[in-house]
Amino acid sequence: MKVLQVIDQAFRTTVEEQDDTILWLTQSMRGAGGDLQVLLSGHGVHYAVLNQRQPPLVLGTWKQSQPAELVRDLTNLTESGVPVYAVREDLEERGLAGLPLQAGVELVSRAGLVELYEQVDQIWQW
Amino acid sequence: MSDLKTLTFAFMDPPFESERTVTFFRLLDAALERGASVRVFAYEGAVALAFARQAPHGNAVHGRDAAEEDHPLTREWIRALQEKAAAKELGFEWINCGLCVDERGVNDVIDGCGRGGPPDLWRYASDAFNTLTIGTR
Repeated sequence: MKVLQVIDQAFRTTVEEQDDTILWLTQSMRGAGGDLQVLLSGHGVHYAVLNQRQPPLVLGTWKQSQPAELVRDLTNLTESGVPVYAVREDLEERGLAGLPLQAGVELVSRAGLVELYEQVDQIWQW
Repeated sequence: MSDLKTLTFAFMDPPFESERTVTFFRLLDAALERGASVRVFAYEGAVALAFARQAPHGNAVHGRDAAEEDHPLTREWIRALQEKAAAKELGFEWINCGLCVDERGVNDVIDGCGRGGPPDLWRYASDAFNTLTIGTR
């Protein structure tokens, strides 16, 4: 079974969880033998052009020591063989089209989504 | 091999915050009604749905004490669906993401709800006819 994980919300609880929970879920299931792909759409395309670690949260004397490392997490996914796609038009609409993509991230057009969807058995929209 | 009579659900919302939670439970009930066994992977806030210490309360604005108010509790909804599945000789499995449970301190869950992780979601999904994921917003 092949599953496409669709992430269209960016930075959802990334401060508290110190990761993106769906990227984490994908990586964990990949470790269990899952055949997965990731599609970054909507605000999720911000992940495709990230180039730094999330700044740590500071509240009074409390300072976060391990903020999210989404660049690392995406890299781990692509290096483990998980294809990661980003929707070209969603990058353009957000003024992100001119920024360098993270290594391993492939662009897909909205029209190309049909073909992408047809390549998998299930689509999990998060 | 996919089981045509089993549906998997992955859900992320906590109790008492969103209409998605009620809709999710309605979908579970409808699945059982149509003769499908159900497997649930509760992720993030959804692990609190099975928290055993949920307690009903009265409501002074409504002018009702706790018994009269009969406040809905998701742990009781899960119990009711477990009973419905048993009566129809269908499966009803529920696994909470263990790390999500720990970070929220909701370890005390009702009987029939277990602890696991993403490999369980993958196993559930691999065995099921189809999977519905409902992410939080």
